[in-house]
Amino acid sequence: MKIGGKRIKINYLYIFLAPATILIAMFFLAPVILTVLISFTSMDVIGLKWEWNWGENYIRMINDRWSRKILFNTLFYVFTTLACFNVGMALIISILTTHIHDRVGSIFRALWLLPRITPSTVYAVIWLWATAPYPFGLWNWLLVNLGIVKGKGIPFLGYSFVELFGVKIVQWPWVIIVLVNGFVGASFGMIIFTSAIKSIPVDFINAAKVDGASTWQTIRHVILPLIKWPILFVTAYQTLSLLTSYEYILLVTNGGPGFYTTEVWALYSYHRAFEQYAGYMEFGYGAALASVLVAIGLIAAVVYWKIFKFKELMIEPKIEVL
Amino acid sequence: MVKVFNYVKQSIPYLILVAVTMPIVLMYAMLFMGSVSRSLYGLVPTEIKFENWQFLLTGYIQAPGTGTVEAGRYPNIYLVTFNTFLLAISVGVLEVLMTSLAGYAISRYKFKGRNTFLTLTLILHGFPSITLLIAIFYILRVTGLFDTLLGVILVKTALELPLGIWIMKGFFDGIPWDVEMSALVDGCTRLQAWWKVIMPNVKPGISSVMIFAFLSGWSEFMFILVFIVTRGYWTLSRLVQAMIGEWRFVDYGMLAAVSIYYMIPVVIFFLFFQKYLLRITIASKGVV
Repeated sequence: MKIGGKRIKINYLYIFLAPATILIAMFFLAPVILTVLISFTSMDVIGLKWEWNWGENYIRMINDRWSRKILFNTLFYVFTTLACFNVGMALIISILTTHIHDRVGSIFRALWLLPRITPSTVYAVIWLWATAPYPFGLWNWLLVNLGIVKGKGIPFLGYSFVELFGVKIVQWPWVIIVLVNGFVGASFGMIIFTSAIKSIPVDFINAAKVDGASTWQTIRHVILPLIKWPILFVTAYQTLSLLTSYEYILLVTNGGPGFYTTEVWALYSYHRAFEQYAGYMEFGYGAALASVLVAIGLIAAVVYWKIFKFKELMIEPKIEVL
Repeated sequence: MVKVFNYVKQSIPYLILVAVTMPIVLMYAMLFMGSVSRSLYGLVPTEIKFENWQFLLTGYIQAPGTGTVEAGRYPNIYLVTFNTFLLAISVGVLEVLMTSLAGYAISRYKFKGRNTFLTLTLILHGFPSITLLIAIFYILRVTGLFDTLLGVILVKTALELPLGIWIMKGFFDGIPWDVEMSALVDGCTRLQAWWKVIMPNVKPGISSVMIFAFLSGWSEFMFILVFIVTRGYWTLSRLVQAMIGEWRFVDYGMLAAVSIYYMIPVVIFFLFFQKYLLRITIASKGVV
């Protein structure tokens, strides 16, 4: 390009990189730092003033009468959903759908994708409706018609327990929350496991069969060991996702019924910062709660990067001109 | 006898799959039935009626118990749909533009800080961006983008960028160097070569990123809930959420109709672009 008779070489690299870099810096990097900074203030949502109170929020967090319950809730939620659905159900579906006719198998897999691509609010409508009392709610309608329960059915989102031989095992709202998130969460592992299983050479499985292995033995001793890494990856990745996601819980129970029955850490942070009806709107405290998750998220992301050898993806371009 | 046993054995996987998948089928069937019936008992409609769909003709939905008072109306459904579409398409276009620019640079240039940039995008991709809600709220307020669709569009685009850059980089890596070399020799600038020669070669990548970003923008809920106050800027997700609060114990039929209306693009993509969806969901981090 010529300006005033002088030839100026434009470095196109900056044109290529600038838009993405600016946006990432503004809405990704800056917020990470800001979250931590805000957590050391007593900022509220209206004034947004920087009133430093240093570690006060963190001390408060430790003494918060609800924080222990919420921590326990979060661990229960993450572990149960992960074990039952994000890894457990994902394995069941991917193993079974790869053992049957592939056409049919892919129909089942497609159906499991449906909850994931459904907008979260619509998905919440479906669950709220399905768990409504008899005769409107689907589950109670089925249970009553099958003669399993009587009357209006089970108040799935109210104060009710799953009982086995008269022993209260778990609250129904928790079961629903795990199901709601599980039916969305299973598809991630399902896709990854399916492609991993499909890439196992047929010879391996045939060899096992020739040696007289039963289907279960083939799965246990051939397939599972070969997809060890994908399982580890899904477990690690989904732990972090479950730990920080609260959209569905917000929509379905909003942490209720009552005081923090199904409240998880991330939702508590949201409530403290934005819940106007409860009169909190404590930005500083909310940010302190969020900072814990930000720290876990950053550490986890770096650890994954190391474990899963992402570095190999970063080979430099072979040729470079200009 | 052995034959019967084999049949039973072969049908076991199908039986298990049907059993675990049934809840999904039943729930979506319920949603659909509910939208076209006056009242629905489980899966049995009392009467097939399309009155739930009347909002498409009148353009608005009246909140329950407000008669015909104008103040009891939700924002015009077509305005809300337009907002949703605007958000989705803007996120899609910006995403394609920025990721193909950055992805190209990473695929083709050797520069100082390239590794840092790549590492950073990868770490950010794994990072749960929803935890940044409070800080992003602050940034939007300070920059005056709070309570604007532009603000939500930019935030949404930014948070999807790391993934998109990686997808596009992969596609650029697959194109041989000779293609653009000849363009550069012919006197094109790097930018011209990118636009005229390279971009037409990565159409599958562009459509992947586009579909993913569009659907992600179309479904966006949290950012609209937190960053939008004015009802005129609502999107369909926010409308449905507001309706849940007021209709939950009144009439699910209405909610079902709006939900199905909202799901139309999602269903289209689901039916016709499943190949893309699979590719995309693998790469996407997804909510859960």
